Amino acid sequence: MNPQLFQLICFYAFGFVTVTAALSVITLRNTVHAVLALVLTFFSAACLWMLLDAEFLALALIVVYVGAVMVLFLFVVMMLDIDQEKMREGFVKFLPVGLIVAAAMLVEMLGLIGVRAMHMQVMGADPAAAAGTSNTAWLGHALYTQYLLPFEVAALILTVGVVAAVALTLRQRADARYESASQQVKVNPRDRVRLVKMAAERPVDESPVPPQESKS
Amino acid sequence: MADQLINQLLWPIIFILCITVPLIIAVAMFVYWERKVIGWMHVRMGPNKIGPFGLLQAFADVVKLLIKEVILPTKANRALYYLAPLLALIPALAAWAVVPFSSKMVLSNANAGVLYLLAMTSMGVYGIILAGWASNSRYALLGAMRSAAQVISYELAMGLCLVCVLVLAGSLNLTDIVNAQAGHKGLFDWFWLPLLPVFVIYFISGVAETNRAPFDVAEGESEIVAGFHVEYSGSAFAIFFLAEYANMILVSFLAAILFMGGWLSPFPDTWGFIGQGGFIWLFIKAFLFAFMFLWFRATFPRYRYDQIMRLGWKVFIPIAIVWVLVAGCMKYYGLVTIGTGV
Repeated sequence: MNPQLFQLICFYAFGFVTVTAALSVITLRNTVHAVLALVLTFFSAACLWMLLDAEFLALALIVVYVGAVMVLFLFVVMMLDIDQEKMREGFVKFLPVGLIVAAAMLVEMLGLIGVRAMHMQVMGADPAAAAGTSNTAWLGHALYTQYLLPFEVAALILTVGVVAAVALTLRQRADARYESASQQVKVNPRDRVRLVKMAAERPVDESPVPPQESKS
Repeated sequence: MADQLINQLLWPIIFILCITVPLIIAVAMFVYWERKVIGWMHVRMGPNKIGPFGLLQAFADVVKLLIKEVILPTKANRALYYLAPLLALIPALAAWAVVPFSSKMVLSNANAGVLYLLAMTSMGVYGIILAGWASNSRYALLGAMRSAAQVISYELAMGLCLVCVLVLAGSLNLTDIVNAQAGHKGLFDWFWLPLLPVFVIYFISGVAETNRAPFDVAEGESEIVAGFHVEYSGSAFAIFFLAEYANMILVSFLAAILFMGGWLSPFPDTWGFIGQGGFIWLFIKAFLFAFMFLWFRATFPRYRYDQIMRLGWKVFIPIAIVWVLVAGCMKYYGLVTIGTGV
């Protein structure tokens, strides 16, 4: 089996899994199953990227999306008590809107792909391989030299997002009672417990009564 | 054709078996060792009836678990209930693919080895969550929530510790990371010295991430019975057990590889025989770390849940972030010798 053929088979296998999983995300009735299908979609997409030698992106996709984002999704979905029947009620009503949105997105994507296809070749040469380094090293170098400003702007936007999310949800209820862990940690055991030294046994002062001889 | 098939499929499978089979046996012996050590610390005997010194106890337990019935709770989600143990086990075993045992002995000398490890360990949490959800039990669900929240929190601290190592070593490849710790001064060349706070944080986070004592609120016998695997019995429970212990051994090996010089000898290389590196050093170091898991378990009382979260988010992550900067400065000003320092 030559490597190219093997790679092709892998590509089609991963691609098939990706598309099937993506379809089942929107068709499965059980929401937890749908979230798991989304996890599978991400995972097989990461496998596809791995085939392109984009190892950093592939593993970052797994670490960030599969490992963190989807776990939170799963939490939320597991906690929700969703009425399946109610969810399906609006299907016919919203179908035209959904179709219009889907068609618009399809046209936009086709247009984008078409415009780009006119300007560049489908797959350029791998810049990491051209530079003779690994994908991760090349990506890090590019991010911190060529694209430093966009990178820092993106970091700033993400930080603002984090701060905003915390500020929106952080509410102190006046009547809530909570314990301050840092105060608890600082507690000195000597303030709480008094150790008293005392003899283990108290000496008995009176001498035991001598057993009386029974007169028999 | 047949030649290539053997080269591309047969040999990797044999190598994989060469890692997983000893790993599973190591888990069995580790369980025995744990019971023995904790027994000694409690001034008990530990298992001593089956085989010489009770050595076959773990295998007897495995046989017992395998022939027991796997019970499916009422209204449990059948598919996910059976899938969850496998989702816990597969990442725990797959992570071993990039672990280098000596300078030549590694299954996959991947360039992004550390990232791969992070990816695999972060996927183990699905087995826990799904086990908790699919078994249709409140205790199991509560245990899964606690466990997952804890794993995600401590993964961040762990990731930042890894960043410190990467900054110093300048590579994501685990073999390169060990080679970066080589030097003439023996154990004073390893990364535990410049990264001491991070090393401590890494190991404590590893204990927390594997849900071991004193961070085992996910199991919390007195509150939620046994956590996420309370409904599991027989071989399904055995698989969770295997995954947990395989993860503990993995964290021990990683602490040895990332901070303690992997297979390098702790003695200067001029000391002849004992100054040479070899996989035996890695096993000794990993064994010591694994022993510390048991020591912690026999020593410390369980943490309170809010204090676990506080420790992870408010103590470990800030220290690790600061130490990323410190490590960067150390690297920039050449305060740490990387490699043999020629």
